[in-house]
Amino acid sequence: MPGLRSLNLTLNGDLVQVAAPEHWTLLEVLRYSLGLTGSKQGCDKGDCGACTVLMDGEPVLACLTLAAAAEGKQIVTIEGLAPLHKRAGGSGVDPVQDAFDRSGALQCGFCQPGMILSAKALLDKNPKPTRDEIKQALSGNLCRCTGYTQILEAVEVAAAEARGEVPPGPRWRRFEG
Amino acid sequence: MTSLGKPIAHESACDHVTGSALYTDDLAGRFPGLLHAHPVTAPHAHARVVALDPSAALAEPGVVRVLGPADVPGENQIGPARPDEPLFPSEVMFHGQAVAWVLAESEESARRGAAAVRVDYQPLPATLDLEAAIAAEQFLTDPLRLQRGDAAAGLERAPHRLTGELFVGGQEHFYLETQSAIAHLDEQGRVFVHSSTQHPSETQEIVARVLGLRKHDVTVQCLRMGGAFGGKEVQANAWAAVAALGARLTGRPTRVRLSRAHDTTLTGKRHPVLGRFEVGFDAQGTLLALRMQLFADGGWCLDLSEPIVYRALFHSDNAYRIRDVELVGRVVRTHKTSMTAFRGFGGPQGMIMIEEIVDRVARTLGIEPHQVRERNFYREGDCTPYGQVVRDPDRMPRIWGELTASCDYFERRRQIAEHNSRAPHAKRGLAITPVKFGISFTTAFFNQGGALVLVYADGSVQVNHGGTEMGQGLHTKMLQVAAHTLGVPMAAVRMMPTQTDKVPNTSATAASSGADLNGAALKVACETLRARLAEVAAPELGAAPDELVFDEGRVFARSRPERALTFSHVAHQAHFQRVPLLATGYYRTPGIQFDKVTGTGKPFHYFAYGAAATEVEVDGFTGMYSVRRVDILHDVGDSLSPLVDRGQIEGGFVQGLGWLTLEELVWNADGRLATENASTYKLPGLGECPPIFNVALLGRASEPDVVYGSKAVGEPPFMLAISAREALRDAVAAFGAGAAGVVELASPATPEAVFWAVERVRRSGSKA
Ligand code: FES
Ligand code: FES
Repeated sequence: MPGLRSLNLTLNGDLVQVAAPEHWTLLEVLRYSLGLTGSKQGCDKGDCGACTVLMDGEPVLACLTLAAAAEGKQIVTIEGLAPLHKRAGGSGVDPVQDAFDRSGALQCGFCQPGMILSAKALLDKNPKPTRDEIKQALSGNLCRCTGYTQILEAVEVAAAEARGEVPPGPRWRRFEG
Repeated sequence: MTSLGKPIAHESACDHVTGSALYTDDLAGRFPGLLHAHPVTAPHAHARVVALDPSAALAEPGVVRVLGPADVPGENQIGPARPDEPLFPSEVMFHGQAVAWVLAESEESARRGAAAVRVDYQPLPATLDLEAAIAAEQFLTDPLRLQRGDAAAGLERAPHRLTGELFVGGQEHFYLETQSAIAHLDEQGRVFVHSSTQHPSETQEIVARVLGLRKHDVTVQCLRMGGAFGGKEVQANAWAAVAALGARLTGRPTRVRLSRAHDTTLTGKRHPVLGRFEVGFDAQGTLLALRMQLFADGGWCLDLSEPIVYRALFHSDNAYRIRDVELVGRVVRTHKTSMTAFRGFGGPQGMIMIEEIVDRVARTLGIEPHQVRERNFYREGDCTPYGQVVRDPDRMPRIWGELTASCDYFERRRQIAEHNSRAPHAKRGLAITPVKFGISFTTAFFNQGGALVLVYADGSVQVNHGGTEMGQGLHTKMLQVAAHTLGVPMAAVRMMPTQTDKVPNTSATAASSGADLNGAALKVACETLRARLAEVAAPELGAAPDELVFDEGRVFARSRPERALTFSHVAHQAHFQRVPLLATGYYRTPGIQFDKVTGTGKPFHYFAYGAAATEVEVDGFTGMYSVRRVDILHDVGDSLSPLVDRGQIEGGFVQGLGWLTLEELVWNADGRLATENASTYKLPGLGECPPIFNVALLGRASEPDVVYGSKAVGEPPFMLAISAREALRDAVAAFGAGAAGVVELASPATPEAVFWAVERVRRSGSKA
């Protein structure tokens, strides 16, 4: 049996010490050792993006990242977004979460934490992304339920609101005839 | 003001975005002493299990127990329709089938244990190829038949005839949450199972069967699913049974979570189907007679294949009247995973056949395909091949007219022709296709729903119904129905997790019927409670009970809206007056029946209609293509929840687009699924999202006899994606010399398939 290793992680702004098998991935440590189940396990091998977390602001796949390799980095999971937002002086949930919430962007929600973190990483770097840039940034996140349009709209809403602009309205008609 | 009919977000949206929405496997941390299960899988597509020796596995550190057939206290049998599905098989019927399960203290130990179990197999010959299985007459059903008029005579009489065949590939569900279950013994020592299942009542039944218990000893709960699409209708049962068996035998909570590779190799998919057809038509493209055989690859056991093939037959007419028809379907047995329900439940496979036929007829005659489609639409008084009168046939031409106008269809056809004449290597195509989809379970007794509503003395409400939430927004709609009917704000109503101890003997949440059945039942329960509360409030308001209005937490007489009581006050009073504040609701769909012997009846309560127009561009050098624009007009009746319905339409379309253009299942020669993860199985991603995607809901479409005039929406939009396949064919045809003739296109129309289709068209063009 492989041995346990004591890990020192900077997780959602807090220092966390946890013992876990040394070969465990960050996703295993988050879900199994720390009970942070917001990061999802969709494919176990880097294909779906459901396990996306931020490491020093960059989106990484927690299922492909050894937990030991996350030591010394700032890790942000979906559970950390709202608290970090509050700590930075904001109120309520993070604006990207809020935009996803209001846009009806998701159905089963399983892909959502990963989507939101990929979107957050994009918007932190590029406050005015084009549609193609959004598509590019979220291309590693699969969603099996939606047709992606409401996800794109949510990112656009979050971006526009962060710039103090009126977000583009939904591009669909409700009733006809 | 009520939220019914308003575009509100999913009821769990807030939990989704914060990561606090729990799915079955997220509960694992709540069970101390949890055991983890791992399957022992067979490396043969067909083999006899000669010996199974767990001793080496039991010597592995952390391994607690190995489960095999001898451990089953009840029946080693989980077949939902026919007892042909042992939980622990003695004969392996597909590559990767689980022959035993290892329980251990950790995932790793269980995995190591599974690798250490020694199994001796005697390999047997396997049939993987559908046509070989047909030739060998390996069938899981007798021929299933629908017949109307005289197809032989009709074909004989028809001025033109065409024969052909089309193979359509299957599809992996790839719900993002893999199959999972956690079972434990509850406070009374009875079995409690958390399961990601579309059908908690059947999961309960199968668990009880395997454990040799009665149903009341087993409780199944489904919090929510991370997608299901039919893949968790019956195929969630096995994992729940393994977990329950583990819990029962060890007394410890037991968890099964399939890895993605196990999920794709152990569970069924959409049926691949081979269609062989002969069609008779006239010079204008009027369809006169059709004879068609559908062979569905059912995999190794029956599962739901029979009703799936019936639904394929029921949709082999799509929106078109054909006088003389003979349709025969059959389920073929191959050594693959058992094919199962998947959004549309066979309907898409039937519908794609008739759309293929219509296109072939049009191109043979040199007529625009949209003209042939329109010419053949059902008219008032027409009957389907199964003898059901087509209700609201005028919806189809209305949708057709509105959509062609709103998407500028004819002008764009002209522009595309012009573009294509100038661009030799990049051709565009545009096609519009209709959908008419029947709503109801074909098996009449499934068409029932139940609900249990509790009003507390402070005016807060708990709602239970038999449906499950898989992302489709059922709970959102049910909250809207309950809040509207009781006249309270949405926030006053709490949706309880779906659990078998609240509503018994429920049907699967399937066949798009979740909102129709449970919504109607819920409405009945809420109306009962509202009527009782009206009796309580009436004297205080000095009005008759039937004059009272319940609106967003206020109760008042219609004539005096300014004098209102709060709903909480009325509930409180009711409790003091000893008025019961719990009520059940029940609904059964009227008039559903179908006779398999004659192949006639009324299998559907009503039809959902829609149409889509899709434009694509194809690169002639590589076969690569892009979807440029999609326009959809879809009939959801009076939408209960337009944002939810829009999501279902867009998501259904994109999933259909995946089935028809990207997703290709490949099995190796030894029967192993080669496309077991998203790296080898291409799913639609953001890059495939059409840059222009216009979705509209049909107006003036209220559906009588359905809850609040609404219509089912889960499955029908999936088939709108056939327009993309036909648009690709339209673009492929543009690479030819313009001569009339059939344009063949494989399904899925992957870039490779499109490339070969272009090559064929070019070659035949150069010959002409
Ligand atoms: S679980 Fe990490 S990418 Fe799918
Ligand atoms: S909402 Fe279900 S996978 Fe995206």
